[in-house]
Amino acid sequence: MILLNPVGALGRAVLDGLAALGRLTLYLGATLYAMVRPPFYFREFGHAVWVIGYNSLPVVGLTAVFTGAALALQIYEGGSRFNAGQVVPSIVAIGMARELGPVMAGLMVAARVSSSIAAEIGTMKVTEQIDALVTLSTDPMRYLTVPRVLAATVTVPVLVAVGDSIGIFGGYLVGTQSLGLNAAAYLKNTADYLEIWDVTSGLVKGAAFGFLIALVGCYYGMNSGRGAQGVGAATKSAVVAASVLVLAANYILTTLFFAA
Amino acid sequence: MIELRDIRKAFGRNHVLRGVTLTVPKGESMVIIGGSGTGKSVLLKCILGLVRPDAGQILIEGEDASRAEREAFLARFGMLFQGGALFDSLPVWQNVAFRLMRGATKRPKAEAREIAIEKLRRVGLKPEVADLFPAELSGGMQKRVGLARAIAAEPEIIFFDEPTTGLDPIMAGVINELIREIVVEMGATAMTITHDMSSVRAIADDVAMLHGGVIQWTGPVADMDHSGDPYLDQFIHGRAEGPIEAVR
Ligand SMILES: Nc1ncnc2c1ncn2[C@@H]1O[C@H](COP(=O)(O)OP(=O)(O)OP(=O)(O)O)[C@@H](O)[C@H]1O
Ligand SMILES: [Mg+2]
Repeated sequence: MILLNPVGALGRAVLDGLAALGRLTLYLGATLYAMVRPPFYFREFGHAVWVIGYNSLPVVGLTAVFTGAALALQIYEGGSRFNAGQVVPSIVAIGMARELGPVMAGLMVAARVSSSIAAEIGTMKVTEQIDALVTLSTDPMRYLTVPRVLAATVTVPVLVAVGDSIGIFGGYLVGTQSLGLNAAAYLKNTADYLEIWDVTSGLVKGAAFGFLIALVGCYYGMNSGRGAQGVGAATKSAVVAASVLVLAANYILTTLFFAA
Repeated sequence: MIELRDIRKAFGRNHVLRGVTLTVPKGESMVIIGGSGTGKSVLLKCILGLVRPDAGQILIEGEDASRAEREAFLARFGMLFQGGALFDSLPVWQNVAFRLMRGATKRPKAEAREIAIEKLRRVGLKPEVADLFPAELSGGMQKRVGLARAIAAEPEIIFFDEPTTGLDPIMAGVINELIREIVVEMGATAMTITHDMSSVRAIADDVAMLHGGVIQWTGPVADMDHSGDPYLDQFIHGRAEGPIEAVR
């Protein structure tokens, strides 16, 4: 069927995607509404900061160091074609801070966190734990969604900052150890050309990505179908949607920052 | 008093409730029986607002449930879910004391824990269980923790969805007695779903049988054995032959 009618399948996918986006927007509204009304569950928030932020450090650090190292090699190779091998430090720093740091961290957190949130909340849904919360006069939006969304919004920028630093360090290692650049010159070049806005724009992106990732995870978890199959499907949809949204939001934010 | 008027609920083409009308007087124990999949659990969820009925009216002490202020409304209820529905991220005692540690009924942690341990004792669980996590308990133990949670805040109206399923006969007897005590001593209104006929006789003031999406028969438990209703007779005697098709 898909083979015979690829255009139809594409059209259906687009329509489904738009419908999901609409429902997600409604969910976003409900989340924002729940955020500004007490009670606020501090313990849940603290726990979410731990699970989302702290536990994501290793994977974000590892991806950043390899990304920074590869970037240094590529820039050196490309730059040397017009005798500009010495731009490696500044381009690695700017590239990491403005683009690769937030995007790589966003994608890794999207994979790790949106899936685990969707699976956890989805399981709670199919085992009637969400119903039990409601009967115990506890609003699932405030108890489950708000703490996770806020925790991701504040911790992903921190992850991005750590990733930026580690990525720049990865570039430094490659630059000084295998490309033969001077260590002191490398650091000076990095510091001279990197502007505050390069870093903060990346952190703002990180906050936006964190917000979207947790929101999508909660949304798909809360709307999980019945049974193990339902939870599996919710988890998969959450990871796909979170990754696409991170990249789409990255483009939109970059456009806004570029115009500013 | 709980009054259900012509409650209807369908999931897609599956018409589960087709006009349920039932009255549960205050301080009485109503037991709901009926075949598997006839919508007993769905009926309780409709009353709590967890499932929105397609039509019909639910009155609690004369007040329309759909218009009530949600938080205050739910504070009057306790519910034991069929699957237990324990929060697996929290230890047993925090599950039991969940309502006691939040909202209007909030009290100090030590006191909440003490109440939780007392409720666990009443459902036949030792204090050592309090610090375990739900995943570390057997099915029957989880059920009893769910029961302890349902009664922890001493609600006026309590729903038990299959409270004795998965329990040994002695423990089932203990739980039957507990439910009876809660109704008699605390004056609570109880609605219990069960498949266990000895449980029905131990718990019920009134019995209602749900079949084909409506209340097939309802009346005092004493009348159950000579109701003259062929559906009810087949059900309580567990016969394969009769008006209810056993093999579908
Ligand atoms: N959320 C839901 N979505 C779709 N169908 C549902 C949902 N909840 C219940 N149903 C359907 O409603 C019917 C009644 O379910 P219910 O759980 O109330 O049965 P029950 O009478 O409690 O049975 P049992 O004695 O086996 O627990 C079933 O056919 C079930 O598939
Ligand atoms: Mg049921």
